Amino acid sequence: MFKITTDVITGAEVREAVEGPDAGAVVLFFGTVRNNTDGRPVNCLEYEAYPPMAEKKMSEIAQEISDKWGLDRVAMVHRVGRLEIGEVSVAVAVASPHRKDGFEACKYAMDRLKQIVPIWKREIWADGEAEWVKPDAVYFDTLKPRKTDPQTD
Amino acid sequence: MNVTVKYFAVCHEMLDRSEEEMELPEGATVKTILQRLEEEWPEIAEFYEVMQMSVNWEYATENTELAEGDEVALIPPVTGGCDV
Repeated sequence: MFKITTDVITGAEVREAVEGPDAGAVVLFFGTVRNNTDGRPVNCLEYEAYPPMAEKKMSEIAQEISDKWGLDRVAMVHRVGRLEIGEVSVAVAVASPHRKDGFEACKYAMDRLKQIVPIWKREIWADGEAEWVKPDAVYFDTLKPRKTDPQTD
Repeated sequence: MNVTVKYFAVCHEMLDRSEEEMELPEGATVKTILQRLEEEWPEIAEFYEVMQMSVNWEYATENTELAEGDEVALIPPVTGGCDV
């Protein structure tokens, strides 16, 4: 399951998307809306996505995980629109025979999501101001290779 | 030829539209679109270092050639997920 949605994300839906009798572990990750950024109070967040490309890139990340760890059951869901403090913005689920691979693959999925999946976050501060968030450091890791060799991604 | 160009996040805000149809000469590349946008929004050049482009949902370069009906997008630095 690779999905951009305006609906509330539940743990049950992402877990059910990956579970199976050969899994010894299901690793779930939820990203949630925090009430501050570097101490500055946040009122809420707004997410925008390019849905067809985002879902395509999520499926490519799953393929990378299949190539690296041999794990074929990965789910990624990202919510868009206005999200309140504490709500789940993103969920990743990975099923694996053993927990070590599951933890590693889940972390990898989130890092890659922040590099290549076209989703943008806007912080609405408690004082009423708003701004688009600057990219996470992991984003820049992918920029240079892509510029010199666009075929690598 | 005609292509659709989509604008997201900060690009949507700066250009005050989320998408448009563009008529381009044969042989046009992604760069043709960027040059056209630069006339309207000169500061866009400052974003080029960190901004990417896509053609038909795949990352592209300035030199990517375009064809009739292509869907092009300006992709500002992506910031999905959460800061952990």
